[in-house]
Amino acid sequence: MPGFLRDSLTIAAKDLRSELRTKEALNASVSFSLVILLLFSFAFDPSADQTREFSGGLLWLVFAFAGALILNRSFARELPNDCLDALIASPISGAALFAGKAAANFLLLLAVEAVSLPVFGVFYNIRWWDQFWQLAGVLALGTWAMTVIGTMFSALTVNLRLRELMLPTLVYPVMIPALMSAIQLTTHLVGGQPLGGDVLVWLRLLVAFDIIFTALALSLVETVLVG
Amino acid sequence: MSAIVAQDVSKYYGDYPALRDVSFTVEPGACLAMLGRNGAGKTTLLKILAGLSAPAKGTVAIFGKPPRDGEARRTIGVLGHGIAVYDELSAFENLRLFGELYGLADPRKAAAEWLERTGLERAGDGLVREFSRGMRQRLAVARAFLHSPRVLLLDEPFTALDDRAIAVLQTLLRQALADGRTIVMSTHQLREALELATEVGLINRGRLAFRGERTQAMLDDPGWIYRHYGEA
Repeated sequence: MPGFLRDSLTIAAKDLRSELRTKEALNASVSFSLVILLLFSFAFDPSADQTREFSGGLLWLVFAFAGALILNRSFARELPNDCLDALIASPISGAALFAGKAAANFLLLLAVEAVSLPVFGVFYNIRWWDQFWQLAGVLALGTWAMTVIGTMFSALTVNLRLRELMLPTLVYPVMIPALMSAIQLTTHLVGGQPLGGDVLVWLRLLVAFDIIFTALALSLVETVLVG
Repeated sequence: MSAIVAQDVSKYYGDYPALRDVSFTVEPGACLAMLGRNGAGKTTLLKILAGLSAPAKGTVAIFGKPPRDGEARRTIGVLGHGIAVYDELSAFENLRLFGELYGLADPRKAAAEWLERTGLERAGDGLVREFSRGMRQRLAVARAFLHSPRVLLLDEPFTALDDRAIAVLQTLLRQALADGRTIVMSTHQLREALELATEVGLINRGRLAFRGERTQAMLDDPGWIYRHYGEA
């Protein structure tokens, strides 16, 4: 197995094992997303048509806010006992470290979404699965965008005292193009229509966002971590 | 080839000069005790040698390569202020993790061997968060030595260790020197450090104020170097 992939998998496995043992971020993130969905359903009591119109926006705001709880922990979990220094001093590249952490975050965020989506369907009485595979693809692309930006800024803010506040403040503005795309595509798919026509512009934007920011993050993370 | 070459290394935290034009070499098999008061720049220097921080000016080479080079990092073992092991993993999982990151041929075997060498073989499956302070310290020592590094960078290695951990560390350091490995340690514990050291350096407000061989006079009177070369 190539060194980069092996190192990334080692880091991802370590992060997932740590998180599944403590469940600190996962429990908080799942609870938060469920509470928001529940409160929205009580607060607005929308009709089925109204729900379909704002479904993408509601879902991605929930994912983004709940995801921040997981992304905040990504590099912060390395601070106790100075574990981050040990990782940086080890022979793995900064890019492999980033890729491993991003992979773990991606899976954790998908887990939160996998719990939230059926609950959303029940609370809002929506058949969201008509375009299941296309929706799964859009969720994966949007979640990866969130993961890449969130993991990068988690590395950038890891030594700040106010990192819990700084991470969302920095991440959300950068994520606007990806969030806009994911919201438009999700609204379309939850409405039961397959992707096509004008909507494909949003798909192209989301894919381009993922590629550009993944490349940027992989090339800049070494500088971010070591200076 | 020298094990470590530092050339005109400077580092600033904002406007504060933590290190100013520090230059020295360490030959393979030497043990350099880097002394200095709190805030003198010892930890900053070790971080730069370990590739954990980049110098603002100057260069560092570990066996001819920059510390951020993957091969150079394979040759370095770092024992810092923190124990650098994960509380939510077991001792064995921690050592296996670092064995994998350092590309060891058999990380499981290396982890088991170092658990035994540090007296933790019965606690291997226990989570680190349940360990006593002494056990955590011995695990940190095992992690630093796990990949048989040619260069050991130790930041206050004897501080806050219990008696058993000190004994384990001293044995391992003597063995490392006998095997021809290179050690740089920063310390306040003069007696323990000077007993092991072959060379001594003193950092004073970011500058290398003294660098020379350890002498009998230093052993007889560990405060001697501070009186002669330390700040007034």
